[in-house]
Amino acid sequence: MAYVAIADRDHEIEHHDPRTFIRKYIWSQDHKVIAVQYALTAIFVGLVALTLSVMMRLQLGFPNDFSFITPESYYQFITMHGMIMVIYLLTALFLGGFGNYLIPLMCGSRDMVFPYMNMLSYWVYLLSVLILLASFFVPGGSTGAGWTLYPPQAISSGTAGAQWGIILMLVSLATFIVAFTMGGLNYVTTVLQARCRGMTLMRLPLSVWGIFMATILGLLAFPALLVSAIMLLLDKTLYTSFFMPDMVSAGQQTVHTNGSPILFQHLFWFFGHPEVYIVALPAFGIVSDLLATHARKNIFGYRMMVWAILAIGGLSFIVWAHHMYVSGMNPYFGFFFATTTLIIAVPTAIKVYNWVLTLWRGNIHLRVPMLFAIGFIFTFIHGGLTGIFLGNVVVDLPLSDTYFVVAHFHMVMGVSPILVVFGAIYHWFPKITGKMYSERLGRWHFWLTFLGTYSIYLPMHYLGFLGVPRRYFAMGDTAFMPDSAHALNESITISAIIVAATQLIFLYNMITSLARGKKADPNPWGATTLEWQTPDTPPRHGNWGHELPVVHRWAYDYSVPGYPEDFIPQTVPADVAPVGRRHGVQHA
Amino acid sequence: MTFTLVFLAVLMAVVIGWLLRQTLNTAPWQPRAADDAVSGASLAISVRVLGLATFLAVVTSLFALFISAYLMRRHMHDWAAVDEPRILWLNTALLACASLVYHRTRSAAIAGDRGRLKTGLGLAGLLTFLFLAGQLLAWQELHAAGLYLSSNPANAFFYLLTAVHGLHLMGGLWVWARSAVKVVTGADPEAVRTSVELCAVYWHYLLLVWIILFALLLYT
Amino acid sequence: MPLAIVLILLVVGSLAFHFLSPWTFTPLASNWARIDTTVDITLVVTGIVFVAVNLFMAFCVIRYRHRKDRRAEYEPENKKLEWILSAATTIGVAAMLAPGLFVWAKFVDVPEDAMQIEAVGQQWNWSYRLPGEDGRFGRASTRLVSPENPFGMDPDDPAGQDDVLVQSAEVHLPVDQPVRFWLRSKDVLHNFTVAQFRVKMDLVPGMETHMWLTPTRTGRFEVLCEELCGIAHHSMRGAVVVEDEADFRAWTASWPTWADVQARPPGNATAGAAQFVVCTSCHGPQGQGQQAMNAPRIAGQDGWYLEQQLANYQAGVRGAHPEDTYGQMMAPMARTLATRDAVANVVAHIATLPDQAPAATVEGNAAAGGERYTVCAYCHGAAGQGIEQMRAPRLAGMSDWYLVRQLENFKTGVRGGHPQDYYGKQMGFMAATLQDERAIRDVVAYINTL
Ligand code: HEA
Ligand code: HEA
Ligand code: CUA
Ligand SMILES: [Cu+2]
Repeated sequence: MAYVAIADRDHEIEHHDPRTFIRKYIWSQDHKVIAVQYALTAIFVGLVALTLSVMMRLQLGFPNDFSFITPESYYQFITMHGMIMVIYLLTALFLGGFGNYLIPLMCGSRDMVFPYMNMLSYWVYLLSVLILLASFFVPGGSTGAGWTLYPPQAISSGTAGAQWGIILMLVSLATFIVAFTMGGLNYVTTVLQARCRGMTLMRLPLSVWGIFMATILGLLAFPALLVSAIMLLLDKTLYTSFFMPDMVSAGQQTVHTNGSPILFQHLFWFFGHPEVYIVALPAFGIVSDLLATHARKNIFGYRMMVWAILAIGGLSFIVWAHHMYVSGMNPYFGFFFATTTLIIAVPTAIKVYNWVLTLWRGNIHLRVPMLFAIGFIFTFIHGGLTGIFLGNVVVDLPLSDTYFVVAHFHMVMGVSPILVVFGAIYHWFPKITGKMYSERLGRWHFWLTFLGTYSIYLPMHYLGFLGVPRRYFAMGDTAFMPDSAHALNESITISAIIVAATQLIFLYNMITSLARGKKADPNPWGATTLEWQTPDTPPRHGNWGHELPVVHRWAYDYSVPGYPEDFIPQTVPADVAPVGRRHGVQHA
Repeated sequence: MTFTLVFLAVLMAVVIGWLLRQTLNTAPWQPRAADDAVSGASLAISVRVLGLATFLAVVTSLFALFISAYLMRRHMHDWAAVDEPRILWLNTALLACASLVYHRTRSAAIAGDRGRLKTGLGLAGLLTFLFLAGQLLAWQELHAAGLYLSSNPANAFFYLLTAVHGLHLMGGLWVWARSAVKVVTGADPEAVRTSVELCAVYWHYLLLVWIILFALLLYT
Repeated sequence: MPLAIVLILLVVGSLAFHFLSPWTFTPLASNWARIDTTVDITLVVTGIVFVAVNLFMAFCVIRYRHRKDRRAEYEPENKKLEWILSAATTIGVAAMLAPGLFVWAKFVDVPEDAMQIEAVGQQWNWSYRLPGEDGRFGRASTRLVSPENPFGMDPDDPAGQDDVLVQSAEVHLPVDQPVRFWLRSKDVLHNFTVAQFRVKMDLVPGMETHMWLTPTRTGRFEVLCEELCGIAHHSMRGAVVVEDEADFRAWTASWPTWADVQARPPGNATAGAAQFVVCTSCHGPQGQGQQAMNAPRIAGQDGWYLEQQLANYQAGVRGAHPEDTYGQMMAPMARTLATRDAVANVVAHIATLPDQAPAATVEGNAAAGGERYTVCAYCHGAAGQGIEQMRAPRLAGMSDWYLVRQLENFKTGVRGGHPQDYYGKQMGFMAATLQDERAIRDVVAYINTL
């Protein structure tokens, strides 16, 4: 059976090696090229969202000093900022980018199982991005409804971009979901069916586990967004009343009747909460591998880590209403959702402990990727713990819709996964490009980003305690808000500008290294996982030359007693004598 | 949401249960010859079948959520249930036949019997088109009766659910068309076998979905 | 090594920041001390975790940093340790959750003796309704909302006749009396928040949500809308004044019931003509306004707005600011209109005056102004016609030099600075976005083209 499976797989993945530039880099079906296309596009929109965040900060730090920031445009900025960052940057980058690059390489397969669909996935994603960006230029501009797009406000006259902006946003989201589904089918089937011989599920690196579970969450959760988007679109364009109640808008009675705004919130958060783990789980997985590799120690409690990922994935579908404690839904739900929400802390806690315990008695090389990984642990603990405040329903009462929430989700999503993204880029850059980057600039980038973001988000919690509401264009003079709070806002803004500028260091480092970085060692970190064992660096189309690798051990054989080398690649048979660093593929 | 939750609970239980069986009480750090021998395929099915299965899970999630939304919206007091057009019964029959025929066509494809394959595909396609036409007639009927999309949430949902279902069927027809063309232009059955097999499954699935939707519309 | 030090410094620094920060919860003014307690418990538990885990991590980074001679330990897992930690975490979680749910249960069941009050939200202001003697609210529906019936009261419901309608963003509450807020929205989602009360709840159009609390401290507390409700979300302000029983009764009595509102006679224009003579000296015989006298045009202005402003002048809400020279002139004039009816009559007369737009006096870049006017249009209407339900007056065809001065006043807080001038405060927020003189002239120049 085993051999049959492999055989019938190898002819299903027709193994072609395109020559022309177009086929190679534009209409490419190579998962590595598609991954890079995904990543570059995501980073590009990410930078747009970053610019928007700086403009928001300018208004908050120095209210009304800039003529181009009106209340309208401010709300458009936060909406696009939030939506881009969550969906078009992080989701696309982790799954479309890292998922595409790592899954086939780490599983030891030649490519995704449906390369054509994989290529399609990227182009549809690009289309969704273009539609999104187009909404900046339509009459009335992009939507200012907040990234949660709550009706009735999202499609009624009091909101910016309620004419065309919201329509384009919804269409773009629908398009993105199609793209994601095409990619997702690939990731799932590849992980399950296209691994190389000997790669049992429990021998997979945690990166793959994280991405795999995130993909499953995405496949099941995005439909909720699609449903709400379609129904909202109908309410907007064809005057149905799924969500739209009776209302008097700008003094006019509207045509809608009796719709249920809360219904939308349920649908949105049924997607929305899993979504936040969709961007968290890949980060969890990847950071585990960074830690193990650079601490020269096997990830602590691998099995617990895998089960924690599964548990978090499962639980994330029954906590959504913790975003709705003060939404006017039946208050008795509070008991249930507060409980489930806090339960999630336990598996997450296990992961955190195991990360730290991986460092314990390790042999820690503080290279750039490791710096980012450790930075992640710090910010994630902070952000996670503030989540516990919000999850505990009564504590959420005073804090909901204040800057405490903003602080929470930036700490846990606006910086933690971003740090992992950077760490991962620094970790795999040598493999992806075959070049080495400047360690020095990398460190600068880390220190400024890490400390900078912390000085942005830590103070925000205290604005939240004070009661400063989120989504406020300006506080004006509010009795309970001391001037010191305004000063605090200024300092936050300044840090934000610094951090944003810091990203230029990163881009500069990447570009120059790409151009004239020195040639990279095929396995510079001495890592065990398959992607570092490819015959050539960067890996060619098909990844493995003539023969697929065969795996003989799990992904974390670091510092195994009795071996002179402090790592053993997965391809090394159990009985084979110790092996040297530049070790290539073991042929079966 | 309960409806969706039930579906997801089941699905998650299956997925996680299965994964746990794969992973439980192995100590991966101990090299095991047994592990070295396993192929990288966890399931004894082709990737296309698994791909389809995954896709169907996604679609199920989609319909489950639509149904959840339907059940929740229903409780608002302005709900005026539509009495479904008679023709839906006929349509249901048509779709049932279509999926039955597809089933036979599948075995024909496996047997490599071009003749039966050809007629089978033709018939299945025809029936499916008739079903879609029938659905359009149902819309006509409602529209003629002044039950527009915007006049009541019940109608809105009727149009929406049937439309979404119809769209999925059209997607299926696209694949159907491709294999049909292949067969007509004289490709040998083997060439279209997988796609016919998958389509058969897809048709059964959409029949099932339709029956659930129809039951839901009738019952409410 | 530097990393470890920084980690330690960050932990210490965060603690320092926490204890030194002047930015903490506003002083409590309700019965929800329990909530603060739960917050403190959560702070302690999470604080301990935060410090412990991070310091341990820093320790590891120092103790186990790479050295040539070192080799990492090989330890795949340690079931015992992992179970202990999970158990500890579970306990920690329980320690926070249990009290939380206990307090939530208190929040969920409303005391029998709670008095009832309804807060009505709309883009972008508040109003309130009290049930009146019978202690029951009459039926109300968004479909019935109109300029004459802003609360959407059902005229046929007897229970509604004695409902007290508070057409103001300010509501009063008796101290130490449990109160249940019913929350109703006429358009989109809003959220009724008073920081000092701790509790908050969304207003959801199409349904009535509620929350309860007991004010325990007299004073004046700001109401903020904390659910994004459109471009003026941040300016949707109000206030709760907590006072003793007697003052509360007096305040309630000062507002009309639904029956009063319906019974109100329309203003009498002929009677108004007599009183209007006083006004003509400045505003001109036809109320067309006279720049020389710094008196704006009032003919053609919306009646409800004139009434509102006259009331403001009379109450010292407007024209009291030391720098508001002309407002100070108007205030005593307004006071000559002794009764509510007198005001109604004058306004009725003004409505009869011819409506011709005065010549433009303000230059500016109308095109640029048009860009900026898109924000104004949300309330004042695309044609500057004014929208009563948004509490936004007519702008088109009114004295442009006067608009310029008022925009400046709003910007500097000379107008709209008074704590009870809620609509003024709202306009202040918007005027603030006009950076300079030029911007103001541009907008007004555009308004002249409407
Ligand atoms: C990556 C994204 C991400 C992640 C991982 C999380 C993780 C969590 N979030 Fe967060 N959340 C968001 C992104 C995320 N969140 C976003 C984007 C929003 C705002 C959306 C919007 O309104 O715009 C939000 C909002 C949000 C709310 C709604 C607040 C409101 O609107 O009023 C709540 C409430 O329950 C919440 C809770 C939690 C909890 C309990 C976790 C838990 O998973 C955290 C678990 C982790 C830990 C607990 C730390 C590690 C554990 C230990 C160190 C062990 C010791 C711990 C204990 C003893 C307790 N989040
Ligand atoms: C991943 C998610 C993410 C990220 C990274 C950020 C990054 C930032 N966010 Fe944002 N933010 C959101 C998600 C995110 N945000 C969401 C969901 C909302 C809610 C919107 C709503 O209310 O509707 C929000 C809202 C929000 C607000 C509240 C607005 C309001 O309520 O009025 C503020 C205010 O200060 C803010 C500020 C910032 C700042 C200064 C940054 C950053 O500038 C911080 C510093 C920079 C970095 C951390 C580096 C990140 C680098 C990139 C993104 C570049 C591309 C990536 C690569 C090069 C790899 N954000
Ligand atoms: Cu009303 Cu925000
Ligand atoms: Cu959540």
